[in-house]
Amino acid sequence: MSLLEKELEKKVDQDYILEAKNIKKYFPIKGGVFKREVGQVKAVDDVSLSILRGETLGVVGESGSGKSTLGRVILRLLDPTEGQIFFDNEEISKMSNRQLRPFRRDMQIVFQDPFASLNPKMNVQELIEEPLLVQTDMSKSERKEKAISLLEKVGLRPDSRLKYPHEFSGGQRQRISIARALALNPKFVICDEPVSALDVSIQAQVLNLMADLQDEFNLTYLFIAHDLSVVKHISDRVAVMYLGRIAEIAPKKNIYETPLHPYTEALLSAVPSTDITAKREKIILKGDLPSPSNPPSGCAFRTRCPKAHERCSLERPELINVSEGHFVACHLYDN
Amino acid sequence: MTQNTLLDVKGLKTYFYLEGKKVAKAVDGVDFTVNPGETVALVGESGSGKSITSLSIMKLVGKPGKIEEGQILFNGKDLVSLSDKQMTTVRGREIGMIFQEPMTALNPVFTIGNQIKETLIRHKKISKQEAERKAIELLKLVGFPRAEETMKEYPHQLSGGMRQRAMIAIAISCDPKLLIADEPTTALDVTIQAQILDLMDEMKKKFNMAVLLITHDLGVVAEYAEKVMVMYGGQIVEQTTVENLFLNPKHPYTSGLLESLPSLDKDVERLGAIKGMVPAAHEFPSGCRFSDRCPHVMDKCRVANPELVTVEPGHNVRCYLYE
Repeated sequence: MSLLEKELEKKVDQDYILEAKNIKKYFPIKGGVFKREVGQVKAVDDVSLSILRGETLGVVGESGSGKSTLGRVILRLLDPTEGQIFFDNEEISKMSNRQLRPFRRDMQIVFQDPFASLNPKMNVQELIEEPLLVQTDMSKSERKEKAISLLEKVGLRPDSRLKYPHEFSGGQRQRISIARALALNPKFVICDEPVSALDVSIQAQVLNLMADLQDEFNLTYLFIAHDLSVVKHISDRVAVMYLGRIAEIAPKKNIYETPLHPYTEALLSAVPSTDITAKREKIILKGDLPSPSNPPSGCAFRTRCPKAHERCSLERPELINVSEGHFVACHLYDN
Repeated sequence: MTQNTLLDVKGLKTYFYLEGKKVAKAVDGVDFTVNPGETVALVGESGSGKSITSLSIMKLVGKPGKIEEGQILFNGKDLVSLSDKQMTTVRGREIGMIFQEPMTALNPVFTIGNQIKETLIRHKKISKQEAERKAIELLKLVGFPRAEETMKEYPHQLSGGMRQRAMIAIAISCDPKLLIADEPTTALDVTIQAQILDLMDEMKKKFNMAVLLITHDLGVVAEYAEKVMVMYGGQIVEQTTVENLFLNPKHPYTSGLLESLPSLDKDVERLGAIKGMVPAAHEFPSGCRFSDRCPHVMDKCRVANPELVTVEPGHNVRCYLYE
């Protein structure tokens, strides 16, 4: 059997819920009197990834790495500049809003800031019913029943359904956002920094809840976060993004135990550890993240990379497969 | 109090008087000391009173809040009894401060250079030229490669990490004996956080400053502090060395926090969440303030609040399990 055939066979075996191919999202920078385009911010620059049904893919990166934009493009909340998105084997990247509507019920998102993402004028009942009103023809009593059962699922008291968002704490509000996202029984949920605004004890409650709901409803998560420990806890596979591109993507174990990309290594070493018996060697990176409107030539990380060499400024490294499921974009690993 | 204690906070109570005669006991009887050159961490979740403690030390608590009781002895001098005017000679000069969000802490309409020079001219009584020279020196020290140009830049032209460096330059400009850092790296990315914490450590050693580090991040505490106080509901619930806290936590709240933290060093199937949430400062439960969330709660916990007791030398805990 040729290598190509082997690859094809593998493809058939694996049941991808989502595939993104060569996604690019450029935002124009406008300037001058006539607001002409004077440049572009390459927020997401040629990213491909696929997500298996039922798995959790974590996406980590610092601010400006393009992780949130990627999430929004995948859901078509933003239109990609280039590239294709397949959801359940159907291409959704070119669909009109009307065509997209039936797919919307299967894909949901939970945002970071539960203070900004819930309409303050709607009570909990209305917030949870809104997707049901738009997408289903449930009767009033059915919707109420559904709202109550969802509230119980996410650990809120059913009698809180007539309260307004300001009456809840951050953790409770995030539970409401989750209930709202689950109202239509989606298959795929993007979680965009869902716990980064929460205190640790509340963060643990919400993470546990998300894991329970994943088991119960067989959900697939794309979990976007900057906190490497949180991503490690919840993910099966992890993608590390830097300046709009994937630097490394691999099963969780590989990323955290044998990271290959110098950026992944530095990122992991920078996390302050609570294990005071095992002091890790810290790699302190020089400088700031470069501007995505004017990224460095070649490898975007070379300006901060302790292992940069001449080739890094000339040629952009592509993702290469170094072992089973482990891909890295670094010249150290291609011969 | 020993001879060389730098900061000695005794029985500090800061209350907020809310509408409808409600009183929020944001800080309710806090005692601790900081020795010269030492890093002491104050750790807790939102609403624990850690930031109000630090603001009380600087006497920056505004209405409707008030320091109700207690002493804040800094170099033997009681800050609570000082007038606002006297306080301005302590603040910025003997005690430096860095805040969480450098964009709001820096004045957006003045250049970085102006803001550093202002502090120097005010406290050190030096000439403008000298202040200019000293300011450039400080910026170089905290890691601005083009210090001369940065002097002319405004806060919005700098990145978050660079703004925090500028804040540090201002805070250390008058060689303070104590640096209060209130969540200095919370708004920063991890690689930048590592840079800033490294810089703070370097400055601390260089100037033999003591640092009072206020944070919610136990990882930062483990790596940078020597002593630590865990706050809950306006009070210290555990007070010990960093080593003791992480290897031998005693208070159920401390152990709960450590178990709820996902970690890079170990794998757990399920995080040990603490049930419920932090009570608001005007509606603490009677008895122990952690009693509603505690897995080891006993009858007496609901009746009276336990005292902070020494369970072994250098390890104080506020819990009936250890009495």
